[in-house]
Amino acid sequence: MIIKTIEIIGLALIRFIEEFGRVMFLFLATIVWMFRLPFRLHAIFKQMEFVGVNSLLVVILTGTFTGAVLALQAYHGFRLFSAESLVGSTVALAMTRELGPVLTSLMVTGRAGSAMAAELGTMRVTEQIDALYTMAANPIKYLVVPRVIAGVLMLPVLTIIADFVGIIGGYIVGVGLLNINSGIYIDKMIEIVELDDIFNGLVKAACFGLILSLVGCYKGFYTTGGAQGVGRATTQAVVIASVSILISDYFLTAAMF
Amino acid sequence: MAKEEPLSIIELIDVHKSFKGQKVLDGLNLRIETGKITVIIGQSGGGKSVFLKHTIGLLKPDQGEVLVEGVDISRLNDRQLNDVRKNFGMLFQGAALFDSMTVGENVAFPLREHTRLKQHDIQEIVERKLRQVGLKGVAHKMPSELSGGMKKRVGLARALALDPKIILFDEPTTGLDPITADAIDRLIVDTQEHTNATCVVISHDIESTFKIAHTVAMLYHGKIIEVGKPEDIRSSEDMALQQFIRGKAEGPIQIV
Ligand SMILES: Nc1ncnc2c1ncn2[C@@H]1O[C@H](COP(=O)(O)OP(=O)(O)OP(=O)(O)O)[C@@H](O)[C@H]1O
Ligand SMILES: [Mg+2]
Repeated sequence: MIIKTIEIIGLALIRFIEEFGRVMFLFLATIVWMFRLPFRLHAIFKQMEFVGVNSLLVVILTGTFTGAVLALQAYHGFRLFSAESLVGSTVALAMTRELGPVLTSLMVTGRAGSAMAAELGTMRVTEQIDALYTMAANPIKYLVVPRVIAGVLMLPVLTIIADFVGIIGGYIVGVGLLNINSGIYIDKMIEIVELDDIFNGLVKAACFGLILSLVGCYKGFYTTGGAQGVGRATTQAVVIASVSILISDYFLTAAMF
Repeated sequence: MAKEEPLSIIELIDVHKSFKGQKVLDGLNLRIETGKITVIIGQSGGGKSVFLKHTIGLLKPDQGEVLVEGVDISRLNDRQLNDVRKNFGMLFQGAALFDSMTVGENVAFPLREHTRLKQHDIQEIVERKLRQVGLKGVAHKMPSELSGGMKKRVGLARALALDPKIILFDEPTTGLDPITADAIDRLIVDTQEHTNATCVVISHDIESTFKIAHTVAMLYHGKIIEVGKPEDIRSSEDMALQQFIRGKAEGPIQIV
């Protein structure tokens, strides 16, 4: 019984290390191919549009309402010891340090990370990736590099937007609905939130962008087993990327703040 | 000096390949002559596509060698392999068109990758190649808007785009009507004559096989059991081969 359990744990561990190694291999290959000419600017812009521009609406909605609900919750807490004036800075800190980057990344994982896995997975099972190889066009350069670049560059941009609309959402609730004094609300916010808070949040976002695009590409690139395999790859990409984002968030935060 | 030894541009020596314990290629030996059309025949599921993928390094043998112009490609690194592949054009059994690109972009892809031609010239070549495979006015369509046979022909146009030295065709005429199939057969022969390319064709169509082939090879149980000129193959005594070219269900080849 005990031996069986150890065996299962051991096997799971081996599989995890193996998979992690393969992701790292893809990561290194991506870096190598990133710097080989010619640069595929067109493909990169196309992915940036897909990851960035097309996620705008989702990110704006998520950011605004997260900021709003934060203000609401913080208000109820702070009112107990008459610290309502701190609602603004609480919202701003939470958004810039944590919720902006994390929620944005989770939303983009669901939207774009899954699409990356599905797209590359389909290309794998319909032999389009093999076709790239036969035409002496490296699929990592062609497919993975633009997506990873787009992920790393666009997530910080989206996060800035999420931070901004989140703070606006908080302001609308705090000042508009709950009648906190506007001047104090803003003053406190500016006093407490530092540029580093925003900047560190953006570094996190870039890391999350790397994770979600790399995992999406990895799962898609190594898909096997037809349409069912594509479905599996897509689901796994979302789950693994989301969990990895949350876990790495802890360690990044611990290292930064 | 090597008078009776025809030059072989591709040579497979004792190639073995298994997938999860299932033996697909089992000591396959074959020399493919330079500047000739070699047709590979064999049962469905017999490993013809697997064989073809070995010749361009998409699959690596578990054991044995795959020589292209005398170089064992299973030992090359990515960059060297890419250089070898620039001599190849390949039509996949399922066409494998890039479904995010239009038909025209698909055919233009190898030209954009490996030549410095102007947009205008590329356009012209694309038009011409598509016309050769009997397609007109489809360049702007997406692959998903095409019929199976049309996809196959676009794949063919893409494989021919660079006038490669070695062209691999995985069932070029399967799924086409008899007239189009004949036109494609003729295109393969014409292309081969004009560019003096080496063509490896996988086919189920016995009639067209004998029409286009300089050499026919039969793949059976993971080996090439017979290679020869079409006449020789036709008059071969091998039971399995005879059964295959006559299309009989009874014989040494058992359908499970
Ligand atoms: N990537 C793979 N993984 C596992 N098994 C495979 C793979 N590719 C091919 N096979 C197996 O190898 C065998 C030969 O397949 P192959 O596609 O070469 O057949 P084929 O001769 O081309 O058949 P057809 O004429 O129907 O196209 C099949 O049994 C198939 O299941
Ligand atoms: Mg096949």
